[in-house]
Amino acid sequence: MLVPTAVLAGMGLVAGLGLAAAAKAFAVETDPRQDEVNDALPGANCGGCGFAGCADFAAAVVAGKAEAADCPVCDDATRQAVAAIMGQEVTETKRRVALVMCQGDQSVAKPSFRYNGQASCASADLLGGGSKLCLHGCLGLADCQAVCSFGAIEITEQGIAKVIPARCTGCGKCLAACPKHLIGLVPEDATIHVLCVNTDKGGTARKACGVSCIGCKKCEKTFADDPRIKVSNFLAHVDYDHAPTDASIVEACPTGALILRDLRAFDVDGHETQAPKGQA
Amino acid sequence: MELLLLVISAIFVNNFVLSRFLGICPFLGVSKKLGTAMGMTGAVMFVMTLASVVSWLVYNYVLEPLDLVFLQTISFILIIAAMVQLVELALQKLSPPLYRSLGIFLPLITTNCAVLGCAVMNIQNDHSLIETTVFGIAAGVGFGVALLLFAGIREVLDLAETPKVFKGTAIALVTAGVLSMAFMGFAGLVK
Repeated sequence: MLVPTAVLAGMGLVAGLGLAAAAKAFAVETDPRQDEVNDALPGANCGGCGFAGCADFAAAVVAGKAEAADCPVCDDATRQAVAAIMGQEVTETKRRVALVMCQGDQSVAKPSFRYNGQASCASADLLGGGSKLCLHGCLGLADCQAVCSFGAIEITEQGIAKVIPARCTGCGKCLAACPKHLIGLVPEDATIHVLCVNTDKGGTARKACGVSCIGCKKCEKTFADDPRIKVSNFLAHVDYDHAPTDASIVEACPTGALILRDLRAFDVDGHETQAPKGQA
Repeated sequence: MELLLLVISAIFVNNFVLSRFLGICPFLGVSKKLGTAMGMTGAVMFVMTLASVVSWLVYNYVLEPLDLVFLQTISFILIIAAMVQLVELALQKLSPPLYRSLGIFLPLITTNCAVLGCAVMNIQNDHSLIETTVFGIAAGVGFGVALLLFAGIREVLDLAETPKVFKGTAIALVTAGVLSMAFMGFAGLVK
């Protein structure tokens, strides 16, 4: 009875001591701040910072390769906390949200054929650009919704994608997922948007979709001395760094591609909580 | 000559994974990427060889003289667990990306029946120390061959058009079966 116990205990002791020595020899130095930062982060592991998850981002912050501001999911309090751990000042960044720049749903956009393939935008896009006459428009097969880890994208009843700004963290995954590249990141406080990416000639665009931008330049000409909207390639572009401030510019648009939408006026279910300011 | 037959038997004829069905866990779990599979192969080969040798030494110089043969299973597991912990420590220091990509499958080498099976088979077949070492290395190589072949096939299979019901694990298991059938062609090569 004693001998087998002693033998087993002896083997265990040898193994234990050996491993203790090995643990010392193979010790990995980790900065203790790394765990503190990791605990402070939201833990969504969305990859919006460009690193492989929150633990990786924490390691990068401690190594000085990233800042607390690089995490789009963090609110101001979290950013302050991370900056405090690192002994740094927080740099102010404006919150950005995703915006699907297309309004061409089934009620206004004409189809070209009936798509019966795999329910994925990437797949539909491979078939000659998709089943709509407008080859630039949203196909509504929810590739963006599938990658959103915050449930911030819904497919409307009429079949196009729409972002719920209150849930969006600006991580940017949907931008990469859209094969038409029609989702963009815009500042949260921007109110005037061109929801179209169609660069076809006016006539072609209009035939394909009722709310497309036809490049008529009426928006550009409205405030001709200080045009905040530039039209190129038959498509109007809003420069969000130098955004238009006068809401009446929206009335100039004959098709309705240029709209007024306050992204902060939506609740977490995507319903508008107040009418957009300056509505005619 | 005996040693060469031992090697061919361990790698091809009685391949640990495809003929003996030992070590299926990492075979299916770590074969999604070729790079990770190579890392796993290295770890398993190291553990198998070292664990076989140390187990043989402990059996022949500690357990048998003291008439404690009944402690074989638990002492072998103790040895293998210590080896695996050593590999884990070393990998965490030397290659953190590999350590992270192996994930849970690295400590699972401890309970890998292929490693314990190799150690026990050496005792059952009354191998000498040299034969034990060679068998341990060959068994590791055989495991590696099976794992790398499978990983290579799975990487390409990922890009192929698979019916929706077969996608993922299902087609992997079917492929493993076909691979096992292929290795049956070696049967009878070594008596």
